[in-house]
Amino acid sequence: MYPFNYHRPQSADDALALFKAAEDGIYLAGGQTLLPTMKQRLAAPTDLIDLCNVPDLRGIELETQAVSVGALTLHSEVAGHEGIRSALPVLSSLAGEIGDSQVRNRGTLGGSVANSDPAADYPAAIVGLGATIHTMDRSIEGDDFFKDLFETALNPGELITRICFPVPERAAYQKFPNPASRYAIVGVLVADFSGEIRVGVTGAGPCAFRASGIEQVLNADLSPESIDAVEVPESGFNNDLHASAIYRAHLVKVMAKRAVADLLN
Amino acid sequence: MAKEQGIGAAVKRKEDLRFITGSGRYTDDLNQPGQLYAAFLRSPYARADILDIRSEEAEALEGVVAVLTGVQMAEDGLGDLPCGWQVKQKDGSDMVSAPHPPLAVQAVNYVGEPYGIVVADSIATALQAAELVTTEFRELDPIVDLVLATDSERIHADVARNLAYDWELGDAEATDAAMQRAAHVTRIEITNNRLIPNAMEPRAALGIYEAATEEHTLYTTSQNPHLERLVLSAFVQIAPEHKLRVIAPDVGGGFGSKIFIYAEETAVLWAARRVGRPVKWTASRSEAFLADAHGRDHLTTVELGLDAQNNFVALRVSTRANLGAYLSTFGSSVPTYLYGTLMAGQYRTPNIHVEVSGVYTNTSPVDAYRGAGRPEATYVVERVVETAARELGVDPADLRRKNMIPPDAFPYETPVALVYDTGNYEASLDKALALADYVAIAERKAEAAGRGKRRGIGLACYIEACGLAPSKLAIALGAGVGLYESGEIRVNPTGNVTVFTGSHSHGQGHETTFAQVVADRLGVEFDAVEVVHGDTGRVEFGLGTYGSRSIAVGGSALCRAADKIIAKGSRIAAHMLEAELEDIDFADGQFQVRDSNRSLSLGEVAFASYVPADYPEDLEPGLSEKAFYDPENFTYPAGTHIAEVEVDVDTGVVELVSFIAVDDFGHVINPMIVEGQVHGGVVQGVGQALLEHGIYDDQGQLQTGSYMDYCMPRADDVPDLVVDATVTPCPHNPLGVKGCGEAGAIGAPAAVINAVVDALGTNDISMPATPEKVWRALQG
Ligand SMILES: Cc1cc2nc3c(=O)[nH]c(=O)nc-3n(C[C@H](O)[C@H](O)[C@H](O)COP(=O)(O)OP(=O)(O)OC[C@H]3O[C@@H](n4cnc5c(N)ncnc54)[C@H](O)[C@@H]3O)c2cc1C
Repeated sequence: MYPFNYHRPQSADDALALFKAAEDGIYLAGGQTLLPTMKQRLAAPTDLIDLCNVPDLRGIELETQAVSVGALTLHSEVAGHEGIRSALPVLSSLAGEIGDSQVRNRGTLGGSVANSDPAADYPAAIVGLGATIHTMDRSIEGDDFFKDLFETALNPGELITRICFPVPERAAYQKFPNPASRYAIVGVLVADFSGEIRVGVTGAGPCAFRASGIEQVLNADLSPESIDAVEVPESGFNNDLHASAIYRAHLVKVMAKRAVADLLN
Repeated sequence: MAKEQGIGAAVKRKEDLRFITGSGRYTDDLNQPGQLYAAFLRSPYARADILDIRSEEAEALEGVVAVLTGVQMAEDGLGDLPCGWQVKQKDGSDMVSAPHPPLAVQAVNYVGEPYGIVVADSIATALQAAELVTTEFRELDPIVDLVLATDSERIHADVARNLAYDWELGDAEATDAAMQRAAHVTRIEITNNRLIPNAMEPRAALGIYEAATEEHTLYTTSQNPHLERLVLSAFVQIAPEHKLRVIAPDVGGGFGSKIFIYAEETAVLWAARRVGRPVKWTASRSEAFLADAHGRDHLTTVELGLDAQNNFVALRVSTRANLGAYLSTFGSSVPTYLYGTLMAGQYRTPNIHVEVSGVYTNTSPVDAYRGAGRPEATYVVERVVETAARELGVDPADLRRKNMIPPDAFPYETPVALVYDTGNYEASLDKALALADYVAIAERKAEAAGRGKRRGIGLACYIEACGLAPSKLAIALGAGVGLYESGEIRVNPTGNVTVFTGSHSHGQGHETTFAQVVADRLGVEFDAVEVVHGDTGRVEFGLGTYGSRSIAVGGSALCRAADKIIAKGSRIAAHMLEAELEDIDFADGQFQVRDSNRSLSLGEVAFASYVPADYPEDLEPGLSEKAFYDPENFTYPAGTHIAEVEVDVDTGVVELVSFIAVDDFGHVINPMIVEGQVHGGVVQGVGQALLEHGIYDDQGQLQTGSYMDYCMPRADDVPDLVVDATVTPCPHNPLGVKGCGEAGAIGAPAAVINAVVDALGTNDISMPATPEKVWRALQG
C-alpha cells in the first residue's frame, strides 16, 4: 500500500467537502474491493475518506411497494433483514449469495453498485427491479446508471446515499458463479411487475443490462420454454479464461429459464 | 504406555493445540533485533536481456539500506542453484542443465524471476524502493508453448532445441513388436494441466549473520533444512556447513514446493551478511503464484495394445514435460524416474516403453508437487485403460481385474525398473466396488437422467513408489544425494525421551505419529516423548519430508535407534540385576530377568546410565542412540479410488457426488492422521481434475495469478469422502508401513475424469473439466 491521508467524516456534507479538497480522494465503504486494490499497489489515492460514521447512509426502510436501503448497508444485513426477506425476498437471497461471510459482513450495497464490477450481483437487481439510485443531489434511474466496465453515471465525488427498490409481484435471481472467485459469470434477475416483466443481467457484458429480447417473449408468455426461441447475441459479451462470450450468451438463457421456473414456483 | 496411544491408535495431534490457538511459530512470526525487510526486483517479462539497472533513486529513499543485484551476488562468488538429479539421455549423454544464478544477471527467463533484492527498514519502504529502481530490458519473444518450444530460438545459449533431455525407459523394440501383434490398440492424447501449489503459508526467510563468529542462520519454510544447508554450502557456497544453521520452524504446508532451494531464501541470507543486519522476507500471495515452482504440465501420447483376450500386451508412452525456465532442484527427476517407472501401474503389461522430452520454456520452473510424477503416470495408465474398456465395450472394472498383478506374483519385477514388494490389488478393487455399489450404477444413472442430469462413474487403480529409495540405486540413476534418513533417541536421565528426526513436518503431524512409534517401541508414555525436527543445529542430518517417505524411512530409522536403546539398556539392566544378558527381556518399558520378578524400568536404567555407580565397566555412560536407515526398496502403496459425478447438461457443471478411496498403506500408525492425509490428497486431485489450471498467455504472463482466476477447491466442492483400507504390510521395513501422503492426489484425477467421460459418453475431456469445456463436449 502507498501512504495516504485517512479521514472519517461525520456527515455526508463533510465527506463531500473532504473529497473536493483532496488531490485524489476516494470513498471507503466496506473496503472489500478498494483495499485489495490498494494493497496490490494498483490504486494510490492521496486521501481515503471512510464513510463508516456517516449516519445518513444507513438504515433500511420498508415503504409501500418499495424497499429503500442505505448505501452503507452490509450485504449480510440485506440478507438477514426480516422486512426485506418478506417484502423483497429476491434481494435478500441475492445478497446472501455474494462472496463469503467475511465479505458479506464488510461489503456494502453502495460500494458494490458504485464500483460497477461487471461480475457483481447487485447490478442485476438494480436493472432487473428498476431501482432508483439516490445521491446527495439527484436520483438516477437504474436503467441509466451502469455505463460500462467499472463506469457509472456518478460524477466524481458523487455519493450514493440510498437505493430504492420497487417491490414486484414476484421475482427470482439465478447466478452462475465463477468457480474461482464465486462472482457471477452470469446472473439473471427476472421480476414480474403485475404482468410487466423486467430481466436484469449481470456478468455477461461489460456492465449490467436489461435483456429486452427475453423480456419481450416473457411478456407474451411467462414460461421457461418461451426463452428457447430467443436469440441472445454474444457480441460485446465478456470473453475471458473462465467463459467465452458464446458460453455466456448460452448461460444467460439457461439462468433466465431457471429464474422464470423459480419465479413460477 | 497406554495402548490407546501406541501404534495404530487415532491419537489426537499434539501440535494442533498450538496451531488452532494461533500459537504456532512460523518463519514470519520470528523477529530479530535490528531486523530489516526485503523486497525483490522481479522480471515483468517472460524473456528479456537486462541492459541496465539504475537504483540511485531507490537507494536515496529514507529507510533503504541496500539495493543488491545478481551482479553483486556473482562478484561475491556465490554459485548457481543446482539441479539435484542428473538424468542420462537416450544416447547416454548427460542432460543439458542451463546455469541458474539465484539472482538473474544478464537475462531473465520468466515473469517474476528475481534479479535483485532491496533491503529496507520496513516492508513498505522496501516495496516502494523496488518500484523506484528503473531497469532497462531488451524484450525478446518468449517461448511459452510446450509443443513449439523445441523448434524455437534457444532460451539458454547452451541448450539446443530448448531440450534438457530426451530420456527413455523400457525396451522400445520389444514394445513396438508387441504393439504390432496386438489385436486392438487404444491410443489417446493426454494433457496433464499445470498446477500452482498454494501452500497456506507462503514461503518466507529470515537470514542472520553473526560477524564475530561468522555464523549464518537461515530460518525458512523448508521441507528439508539439511538439504538446504548442503546445497547452500556445497553449491551456492554461501558459507561452509559448520558455519551455517538452517532452521525450518513450523511450516504451513508445502506439497513439494518447499523442498526446493530457491533464489529468495538464498538472497536473503546473503543480503543479511552484506548489510550486517538480519533480513526478513515473506512472499506475498502474488509472489507465490509467480515464483513457487509449479507442478505437472505434460503432453502425452499413450498407446495400449491388447490381445484378442483383452490381455494388455504393450504400453507405449511419449511425453513432453514442461520444465520451465530453469531446472529446479528435482525438476529433472519428476517426469523421468518418478514417472516412467510407474507405467506398469497395477498391471502385468509385459512390454512397456516410455520416452520423455524435458523442455525449457519461459515459464516458472516446474518441480515436484504432491505425488510428483506418479499422479501423471497414474493418469496416463488409468485413462488409457478406461478408454480401451470403452472401445472394446467391456466393463472397465473387469478389464482392470483381468490384467492385475495377482497377489501370489510378488515380488513382481516390472518392465520399467521397479520390483513391487507386495500387494493385493484385487482386494482393494473389490472393497471399493462394494462401497460404491458399483453393480447398481445403471439404476443411479437412470434416476439422474430423470432429473436432467448425466451420471457417471470412474475408477482409478493406482500404484505409487514411495519411501525413495535405496541410496545406491538412486545415486546410480543420477540422484545427487543419498535417500536414507536419520533418527536419534535420547532417553533423558529422568526417563522421558527426546526424539530427533531428519524428516520434517510441514503439517503431517510427525510430532504425534513419531511419538506414537517411539512410545510404543520403548513402552513409555506418549506424552513423555518429544519430537524435534527441522533444525540443522539440533538434528544431526536428514533429507526431509517428501514423496510420502517420512514414516517409511524416518520412522524406520527411529525403530533402529529404539532397538539400539533396548540393546544397551539390556546390558545395563543385566549388570544391575546380576543376570546374564541373554536372560533379559524387554517389554512394556521393563527390562526383566526371564522367569523372575526382577525387573527395572527404562527410566531406572536411563538414570543409572547417567549416574553410573552400579554400571558395567566396559560400557559408555548415557542412553542415547542414533541410526541411519537406508531402505532396501521403495514402498508401494496402491489402491482403488472411485468417483461418481453428475453433469448438468444445460450448464456443463460437474458435481462430484461421491468419492471412495480404498488404500493399502500397509500398517497404519495413526488412522486419523492417515484419513486426513487421504482427504487432503483427494481434494487436491479433485482440484486438478475439475478446477485448477495455471495458465500463461502467449507473452508468458501468468493469467491465473490470484484466487480470482486460479480456482482452489473449497469444502463445498467435495462430498463426504469415504475412506477405507486393505492391508498388505511392507515386508522390508520394521513397521510394515508404506506412506500415505500423496495417494489421494495420485488416484483422484483419473477417477474423476473417468467418471466425467463416463457421464458424457465421450472418449476424452482435458483437465480441468471446467463447465464450459464440458458444455462444449456435450454440444458434440
Ligand atoms: C473475496 C471476495 C468475494 C466477493 N464476491 C462477490 C460476489 O460474489 N458478488 C459480488 O457482487 N461482489 C463480490 N465481492 C465484492 C463485494 O461485494 C464488495 O463489497 C463490493 O464490490 C464493494 O463494496 P464495499 O462496500 O466493500 O466498497 P469499497 O471497496 O469500500 O468501495 C468500492 C468502490 O465504491 C466506492 N464507493 C463506496 N461507497 C460509495 C458510495 N456510497 N457512493 C459512491 N461511491 C462509493 C468507493 O470509493 C470505491 O471506489 C467480493 C469481494 C471479495 C473480497
